[in-house]
Amino acid sequence: MQRTISFTLNGKPTRVTVDDQRMLLWVLRSDLGLTGTKFGCGAALCGACTVVVDKEAVRSCSTPVKEVAGKRVLTIEGLSQEGRLHAIQEAFLKHHGSQCGYCTPGMIMNAYALLQKTPRPTRAQIIQHMDDNLCRCGSHHRILNAIQEAAGTMKGGAQ
Amino acid sequence: MTRDDSNSRGSMGNGGSGEGGVSESPPRDLSRRQFLALAGSGLFVFFPTDPLDAFQEPERLPARQGYPTDFNAYLRVGPDSRVTCFVGKVELGQGAMTSLAQLLAEELDVALDSVDMVMGDTDLCPWDMGTFGSLSIRQFGPVLRGAGAEARAVLLEMAAEQLQAPAGRLQVTAGVVTDPSAPGKRVTYAQLVQGKRIERRLEKAPVKPVSAFSVVGQSPRRKDALEKVTGKARYAGDFAVPGMLHARVLRPPAHGATLRDLDTAAAEKVDGARVVRDGDLVAVLHERPDLADKALRLVKARFDPPQPSVDDKTIFNHLLKTAPQPRLVGESGSLAEGEKLAANIVEETYLNSYVAHAALETHSATATIEGGKATVWASTQTPFPVKQQVAQALGFTPQNVRIITPYVGGGFGGKSASRQAVEAARLAKLTCKPVQVVFHRDEEFFYDTFRPAAVVKIRAALTGAGKMVLWDYKVYGAGDREARLFYDVPHQRTVSAGGWQGGNPPGMHPFGVGPWRAPSVNTNTFARESHIDILAARAGADPVEFRLGHLSDQRMRRVLEAAARQFGWKPARAPSGRGLGVALGIYAGTYVATMAEVAVNKSTGRVQVIRVVCAQDEGVVVNPDGSRQQMEGSITMGLGYALAEEVRFKNGEVLDRNFDTYEIPRFSWLPKIETILIENPETAALGCGEPPIVTMGAVVANAIHDAVGARLRQLPMTPARIQTALKRA
Repeated sequence: MQRTISFTLNGKPTRVTVDDQRMLLWVLRSDLGLTGTKFGCGAALCGACTVVVDKEAVRSCSTPVKEVAGKRVLTIEGLSQEGRLHAIQEAFLKHHGSQCGYCTPGMIMNAYALLQKTPRPTRAQIIQHMDDNLCRCGSHHRILNAIQEAAGTMKGGAQ
Repeated sequence: MTRDDSNSRGSMGNGGSGEGGVSESPPRDLSRRQFLALAGSGLFVFFPTDPLDAFQEPERLPARQGYPTDFNAYLRVGPDSRVTCFVGKVELGQGAMTSLAQLLAEELDVALDSVDMVMGDTDLCPWDMGTFGSLSIRQFGPVLRGAGAEARAVLLEMAAEQLQAPAGRLQVTAGVVTDPSAPGKRVTYAQLVQGKRIERRLEKAPVKPVSAFSVVGQSPRRKDALEKVTGKARYAGDFAVPGMLHARVLRPPAHGATLRDLDTAAAEKVDGARVVRDGDLVAVLHERPDLADKALRLVKARFDPPQPSVDDKTIFNHLLKTAPQPRLVGESGSLAEGEKLAANIVEETYLNSYVAHAALETHSATATIEGGKATVWASTQTPFPVKQQVAQALGFTPQNVRIITPYVGGGFGGKSASRQAVEAARLAKLTCKPVQVVFHRDEEFFYDTFRPAAVVKIRAALTGAGKMVLWDYKVYGAGDREARLFYDVPHQRTVSAGGWQGGNPPGMHPFGVGPWRAPSVNTNTFARESHIDILAARAGADPVEFRLGHLSDQRMRRVLEAAARQFGWKPARAPSGRGLGVALGIYAGTYVATMAEVAVNKSTGRVQVIRVVCAQDEGVVVNPDGSRQQMEGSITMGLGYALAEEVRFKNGEVLDRNFDTYEIPRFSWLPKIETILIENPETAALGCGEPPIVTMGAVVANAIHDAVGARLRQLPMTPARIQTALKRA
């Protein structure tokens, strides 16, 4: 059904008038021009499209846009504040957490959701939380190290 | 060509600043003269008499095209002191954007941060065959270093004139030339080139010796890292051109199926949708990608199925039946002589399945045609060959096609073939609109050029004293790369029949095959290193000592000894119950020794790889951390083909079409990984994007055998196959 959906996108009030069954991924990428969120599998299997909706990591390729009405949506583009990188982004830089980089936005957003809920995760908790985000280049250890370091930098304070 | 903003050019090749891209009008039909004009006040080292022109179209060049020797094709020193480096290589994640910049910065004596890379843009960059085979550093690196060295020499000559000092006395640091015997005398590269255009011919300038390296050998932050962590890095599917339509192409259900009838009426009724048919190409287009997809689902198409053919179980007999006559790869001694000396013969057959590339970014392209010129942003490893393919499909001259390669979201060989770029260009021509084609995951699997399924047969023998004396090796379907034995065996022969490179009899491989990270070599290494382990066990020897006993290649001995030291290998005869394995390999001139520890759950057949140690000799190491990233990546990716990855298919239909049934390695699979880089400054920098992956099948197979006494001869080593092997053991 065509209707106007209002939500907060990266801190800004946003309205789109679209078929409300459309998946959030395509509305973000095509209608709103935010291409940092990636398409990988279209079936919530790879995590490349992960965004954060009200502190929960969701797979935007399989989330109808109507489900974010009235909610706060955070994408990779909204993570750095006033030009300052988020601690997770800094840690990815330091640990070389990206090779091809295609999975990176989804990895970072999924890690962000984890650290919101579990500021001091164990390595096992990080692995469990990240396990359904796929990386083909094999940057896994660096991603884990980056998340662990970011958790330390954030000192338990969710940012 | 009137644009003179030299800075913006630095951002085009790889998505750059994220601000460039399609809003810029790309230079059209760039001749050398125009290119020089475009350079404004930048410096070119220019060789007017050189027969090879970087911007000459490939079809006018000799049959076997090489890199331009005109060094101005590779670099420009701008008036702002920034150096733009033009290379036909692309950034797939392997880090070439950084390591190639390091090579140029080293030879030019400029700061690494001042180098802007323009990669894989066929209008701006010198010709290149493609980014594969771990060749960027090994083969192209020396070319780029030579260009940098020549440019530096020219700049020093100019500085010598300006500072009135002999060039040999001058020093350069970060693009600033000084005269040590006259403090205060200094001139920057930027000052030297200001307002000048220089054409100067030079004798060959020597490149730096390894001992003088200060940028090469360091591990700087990757040049692509900031864009990648902020979501600003752009891939081919991230470009949006005004008026662009997204296309979804109708695909057959199976390879070899033919379209019988088609009804597009319902799709055409979708608001904003457009249906295009041009011969075999049927596409639905819409300004929103998901709505194009929705409309495609309304297309009613009936296909005639192909003739029944092979499946993933019958493929191995099929390969043996259809393979061409085996070709001799190498031979020494005489097999007949070896048979006479044989006391203990071991004969085995090894199998591996088709494996998908499964890069996270699917094949994507954005095409636009303006004023008779096509521009295609494509996720490809081969922009220059794709330019030819697009030109041919459109009926354009190659000069009227430009391929721009932004960041590529993983290649692994799979983006050597780039059908999507041709489809996007054809559809742009047919619709007179910019068109984007982004494969869905099922298309990605369907059209993948898989690592070929293969059969390896080995007959080998030991003397009574436990020395290898005979080695008769036949590989079918995979190719001959690194099939030859590097162990000392007096009587040996290696033959190969068919492979990944084409030239196979029709129907041998029932669908496209191609290079998959270290093509041929994963197959050959799995078979060879498994067989060596079986022989070691027969000889009652520790697998490391057995290997050392047959190795006179000092580089190989060194990597093996380094890995054993780090691993803490203690000699034992397999199966020792410890779950430890070893495997050796060579790829792209690079040597690797890998050791692994595994745990096998005997009731479920599940394997967890606990620890992997890998020692690698890649000659001079350009970027140590970059090399380690590639080693870790190779080891991790290799776990996939070792334990889980195989493409199932039947009668032309690819049955695994997404990550639900096609499992790739994930965080919970990870072993502890330790990498060792051998210091070897005597050997030029070699390939490092692939080598350790070749050992992963065998090292895991050998470790499983050591753990539970079961020998796996088929990849992947799934729980079901392990359970079957356990019953036999």
